[in-house]
Amino acid sequence: MSNTITYSIDELLTVTAARELATKNVVFAGIGLPTLAVSLAQETTSPNIEVIYESGVCGAHPATLPATIADSVLITDSEAVLTLPALFGYVLQGGRIDVGFLGAAQIDKYGNLNSSVIGDWATPAKRLPGSGGAHEVLANAKETFVIMRRHSKQAFVEKVDFITSASPDMAMAAGSKPLSKGVTRVFTQFGVLSRENVGEELKLTGIHSGVDVETVIAETGWNLQVSDNLKTLEGPSEIEISLLRNTIDPSAMYLRP
Amino acid sequence: MADAQTSLRQPKVMSLTEAVSKYVFDGATIAIEGFTHAIPTAAGHEIIRQRFKNLTLVRMTADIVVDQMLAADCIDTLVSSFVGNSSAGSLGEIRRRVEKADPKKLNYVEYSHFGMVCRYLAGAQKLPFYPLKSYFGSDLPEVNSEIRKVTSPYENEDGSFDEIYVVPPINPDVTIIHAQRADQWGNVQMWGLTGLQAEAVFAAKHSIVTVEEIVSDELVRSDPNRTIIPSHAVSAVVEVPMGAHPSFTQGYYDRDNLFYKEWSAISADKSLIEQWLQKWVYATADHSEYVSLLGDSTAKRLAVGDAFSMPINYGSRIQEGK
Repeated sequence: MSNTITYSIDELLTVTAARELATKNVVFAGIGLPTLAVSLAQETTSPNIEVIYESGVCGAHPATLPATIADSVLITDSEAVLTLPALFGYVLQGGRIDVGFLGAAQIDKYGNLNSSVIGDWATPAKRLPGSGGAHEVLANAKETFVIMRRHSKQAFVEKVDFITSASPDMAMAAGSKPLSKGVTRVFTQFGVLSRENVGEELKLTGIHSGVDVETVIAETGWNLQVSDNLKTLEGPSEIEISLLRNTIDPSAMYLRP
Repeated sequence: MADAQTSLRQPKVMSLTEAVSKYVFDGATIAIEGFTHAIPTAAGHEIIRQRFKNLTLVRMTADIVVDQMLAADCIDTLVSSFVGNSSAGSLGEIRRRVEKADPKKLNYVEYSHFGMVCRYLAGAQKLPFYPLKSYFGSDLPEVNSEIRKVTSPYENEDGSFDEIYVVPPINPDVTIIHAQRADQWGNVQMWGLTGLQAEAVFAAKHSIVTVEEIVSDELVRSDPNRTIIPSHAVSAVVEVPMGAHPSFTQGYYDRDNLFYKEWSAISADKSLIEQWLQKWVYATADHSEYVSLLGDSTAKRLAVGDAFSMPINYGSRIQEGK
């Protein structure tokens, strides 16, 4: 491992997420870093990943990086384009997705996600976009990876202001029998929070080189547990960085070094 | 749709001005669909131009055209599952209405995407409700009393009965969509992202379909699988080239990402929105004038190259003796 290469936080997040896709097959991606992570996984550990977008595209092979989840470049040369009833009904609710990628404004220790409002729903301090398909991704994908670019007390909270997308823990308490594990990985600028099963808290399992555990705890709004097997994550390799900069995002659409 | 089913078949081609004034009315429930692709913006602008008021707007992804219709005071109630300008920034008018009731409170009815999909599915099939596995543990049912729970009538192996959330049907007074092409009868052909345009049209009492091109019957019938909505479900078909700008129409023109970014700054300032509406909507007689304002430079910037599908063979019956 070379210590001489430099990389951005976004490149670090992308590489970390891509490595976690090693054994996965069907991945539901959002735009930006999740798309890059899937592309990197396809170029390295998981050439056979089928990438699916909320707009209905399955097996996308875009000629250039998409600007939205419904970009025309995702359609041309894709393997399939489904209607929304098919995408949400058969693919998502039917349990076909191995890993879903989501972001959120707030997350709690069980992986409940808020993307609706900051403050009270009826008179919010800030109105956010809302669920979109996030609620259904978290409810139905076998597991969900969350990318949070800013690990802070404002985002990692004891109680989210509004549960837009419910953890399976919360769904079970409300009387359902969820088949998903909910959020199993959270990628941040500090490292990785993980849990393997419903009922567990998200714990700090990996930190990036140079990050102080105390800082992560201080920037988390709940009493963050640190794994007994806490690992220092291996930084991006020259090959991974080269793939990202030269092959996957050569025009630096998402990754600004 | 009763008029379409009972009357003799007639061409449904009309102008956008005529279609909007014929089917939209003050206080109507309007669905405008198009999931990033083929958003019927021109029709939204025509609703603004004709100054319709007190509408209930149903739209999965409330984006720029909704912000514009709100700024023009067309909408009292918004039923949606996503309010945002994709990754290009915020929608200023929606946020002012929701956060500050400025200039007045918006009645916002919030769903998730699949909740909206199921409302259209119920509406299209005239079902009393539609079940989905969503919403357990979420706060959405707390703020939306239309999201309700029922008990399954079928027992599990252990004799217990599951509960499941349901959503009510939506039956808009008029659904408006945009597509690549249709024939004069309103057989709508679409490719690329077809979203839930068919469900939204079948759910509605009337429907307006704007298209890039009205094409011959022969062309449509050369590829019937390409037809996503048959004639009987369509009330009006209108030829509106560039009718989805600033969104895109697959194979015709690309998304105007520049304008999506610009809208964040425009919508942040009420006087800028007013100026924008004045120049691009109120001062234009129709969408062709809007397209003229966009000019050749925009058309050139959004032009797409060719990527044709391979022809398929539908086959024909070989008759004996021929």
